[in-house]
Amino acid sequence: MVDLSALRSKNRLFYVLLAVAGLVALGGMYAVHMMESHGHIISGMNNQIVWGIPHVFAIFLIVAASGVLNVASIGSVFGKAVYKARAPLASLLSIAMLGGGLTVLMLDLGRPDRIIVAATNYNLTSVFAWNIVLYSGMFSLVIVYLWTMMERRMNPFNKAAGLAVFVWRFVLTTGTGLIFAFLTARQAYGSALLPPMFIVLSFAWGLAVFHVVQRVIYLWNEKSLDPAIQQRTKNLLGVFVIGSLYMVATYHLTNLYFSHQTGFEHFILLNGGSITNMFWWGYIVLGNLLPLLLIYTPGLGKTKCVIAASSLVILGAFAFLYVFIIGGQAYPLNLFPGYEVSSSFADGQIATYQPSLYEFLLGFGGLAIAFIITTVSVRVLNFMPQDKPYIAD
Amino acid sequence: MSDLNSQRRQFLKTTLGASAVAIAPGMLLYGMAHSKSAAASDKVRWGMLIDTAQCKEGCNDCVTACNKQNGLSGGTKPTDSQFIRKISIKDVSTGYEQSLPMMCQHCEQPPCVDVCPTQASFKRADGIVLVDRHRCIGCRYCMMACPYKARSFVHEPLTDQNPDVPRGKGTVEACNLCVGRIDNGQTTACAEACPNNAILFGDLNDANSEIALKIRSVASTQVRADLQLNTGIRYQGL
Repeated sequence: MVDLSALRSKNRLFYVLLAVAGLVALGGMYAVHMMESHGHIISGMNNQIVWGIPHVFAIFLIVAASGVLNVASIGSVFGKAVYKARAPLASLLSIAMLGGGLTVLMLDLGRPDRIIVAATNYNLTSVFAWNIVLYSGMFSLVIVYLWTMMERRMNPFNKAAGLAVFVWRFVLTTGTGLIFAFLTARQAYGSALLPPMFIVLSFAWGLAVFHVVQRVIYLWNEKSLDPAIQQRTKNLLGVFVIGSLYMVATYHLTNLYFSHQTGFEHFILLNGGSITNMFWWGYIVLGNLLPLLLIYTPGLGKTKCVIAASSLVILGAFAFLYVFIIGGQAYPLNLFPGYEVSSSFADGQIATYQPSLYEFLLGFGGLAIAFIITTVSVRVLNFMPQDKPYIAD
Repeated sequence: MSDLNSQRRQFLKTTLGASAVAIAPGMLLYGMAHSKSAAASDKVRWGMLIDTAQCKEGCNDCVTACNKQNGLSGGTKPTDSQFIRKISIKDVSTGYEQSLPMMCQHCEQPPCVDVCPTQASFKRADGIVLVDRHRCIGCRYCMMACPYKARSFVHEPLTDQNPDVPRGKGTVEACNLCVGRIDNGQTTACAEACPNNAILFGDLNDANSEIALKIRSVASTQVRADLQLNTGIRYQGL
């Protein structure tokens, strides 16, 4: 006998959640409207910190959107059954986060009304322009990939679609890293290490998001995840966290070796105030060390620990991007090496940045869009991982 | 009969006069709009040579002239546009101090043009790097890419613009080397305003121009020459 009252209250909860997310998304639209009518003066961004909190949210969502597909690739490309069962959910999350991230990125433009110009006047040398193709291509490819999984007649094309998505997302995250890698004159950027670093970061962030969403879906459906599967994906998260820590350490340590970069590194690692705190406490301790402890300490590593570790990895991602984007711009351009520099345009000074409420509204609006796409899709279509009782591989 | 004739003549005269009055402003505007139809030539490379020894600390005349020319407020908040600014530099090892104007360096290989997704940042045939305000979507990637911090973003709605130099909220802007003045055969506002003639404007490609002759005879440098952008703005005495 089905308990109808429980079903009804769950139904109500679904609509409440949807309404709350809708309100948050509406808050984002309000921020866009305000920035449109008043200009970016109402944001905390200025001529030194030209990319702010909206970019932290947008880049997190886009990088995680690529990384979450790792779950799908391990299934479709490398044939692991446990992951294959999760490929539809991973693909859905990818579409949702890409949608949210791109919305934030687009609505933060000075002239979002002119977005069509990006298609009509294409600059072949611009990595931003490449990314427009990469993002829309990813969107379409993942939809096709989902189709090959969810429509039985399309199943034969699943392997090919999976491989295409696998290749595409590597190129896409490379493109995201290149946005910064191509900035020749900035101390924080202009390094060929950035694209691979973003790829490894995307693995960790994407899997962390996947863990959290999967947990919520299992709870909602009153199911419990097979501990053997949990164990496998938990260990994978640990490996990804160690991998990303390695990439970030290499990036900073190579910088420290070059004497012309030590000023910048001292700013980030030692005397950058909130930036330094965000790096050590936010990214290193909360975003890496604590998750690793939760994953690998004997006796820990159960469901709650994995979800806590994943949530911390997500928080750490925001801390990392804040340091990377805001800290990277706050450090002044080195126009005259060997000289002390000052001017009315803040040359030679560390820039200050006070993010405004509107920026956060826009950023959370993007998260809300990703949330709405996910919850509605999970309700109307079957994205629940269907594990076979026996794990074949 | 003669009365009829004179009436007809009067009618024809009035019609002709009215037609002339109706057409003349249009013809005049058409003529004005098309009088400068010659496109920028790639035989020319406009540039400036700035003599830092002549540039005085505390003098801001070039900045004031630039602000007036481009209709800028002259404000120095982090959100205000500054096309040109005075930079004070001090050699860390010797303590030697200098003052110099800094603006868009009008690179031959401009990073801002490379990264712009919509080709709004572009380099004219004569070497002037400009922003097409109708194409700029305000992504600010060019501001990230510029090694000279030469670009500003319009953060607020604008009023009382200079009609010769239209600007737009939500788009990026920078020194345009007074392109309108150059097309009228004039020099840049900053070069004209400098009381010490520290800024020499001219055609770098014309072997007989004053700037080309001077660049051949004195030691000049490009800021961040290591980036190999081949700037149109050169500095003497750095």
